[in-house]
Amino acid sequence: MAESRSALAGHFQDLEQQREASSLGMWIFLVTEIMFFGGLFLAYTVNRATHPVAFAEASRHLDVALGATNTAVLICSSLTMALAVYASQLGQRKALIGFLITTMALGSVFLIIKGIEYADKFRHHLVPGRAFAFSGPQAKPAELFFSLYFAMTGLHALHMIIGVGVLFLLLVHAWRARYSPEYHTPVEVSGLYWHFVDIVWIFLFPLLYLIDIHR
Amino acid sequence: MSEHIVPKRVYFLVCGVLLVLTFTTYGVARMDLGRWNVVVALAIAFFKAALVALFFMHVRYSPRRTQLVVVAGIFWLGIMMLLTLSDYLTRGWVDPRA
Repeated sequence: MAESRSALAGHFQDLEQQREASSLGMWIFLVTEIMFFGGLFLAYTVNRATHPVAFAEASRHLDVALGATNTAVLICSSLTMALAVYASQLGQRKALIGFLITTMALGSVFLIIKGIEYADKFRHHLVPGRAFAFSGPQAKPAELFFSLYFAMTGLHALHMIIGVGVLFLLLVHAWRARYSPEYHTPVEVSGLYWHFVDIVWIFLFPLLYLIDIHR
Repeated sequence: MSEHIVPKRVYFLVCGVLLVLTFTTYGVARMDLGRWNVVVALAIAFFKAALVALFFMHVRYSPRRTQLVVVAGIFWLGIMMLLTLSDYLTRGWVDPRA
């Protein structure tokens, strides 16, 4: 009981109320993130509707195999994150540490693959700016596609980098045995963040890579 | 202590379904369905997102007020999308010279 009393902040009635307040707060932050990414998705939709031919042509320059691999990697990282939360709920410290490391590793694999894709775009002069080169009459709107591609995947990758950093902090605390079945809120809310970033990619992958490959 | 602990097999099952759906969405994208390609791709994406939210993010087991916040977020996103697109996508419907 001493442990649970110290985990409870003075302004909450009990641990359950404290836990629910924390995840509610995280969800409200995630709603602002929905609107944040939502603006970019909206900009993409409007421009794709305005320049359908150029967007289809440009999107076929993306590597679908790498995009699909990254989707699978992120889904698996969401599984290991969910299992990390599960381990923290049961107070299994070693399992928690293991799953946190696995999730960080999978997140890093995602970022490395993303880096390979970005390097490829630089090599083929598909990065918007002075060096941008795209043959045909659709060059201008194609550049717009790549602007949106880099803005959306870049913002997503930034979230991944922050996520890996957050997981590292969790790892340090888990190592020092700071979490218990009574108190593991940081693991739970960081999990919410990690899964949210996964959801963003679940929409980015079909919209950027897939919907025009049949043409 | 009434924290809901989701059984491990649920997580593995959801992950399996998500991977199968990823494969499906890739397969369907290779077929020419005309304008339905976008619809199918988005429908699968929404279904996958719902699975992640409901099970991985515990929305299914969360208090009503948390669920309300989630639904409100999606609803507001819908307002932004719908009102903006109702402008952009209907501009060609009217002859500006008329």
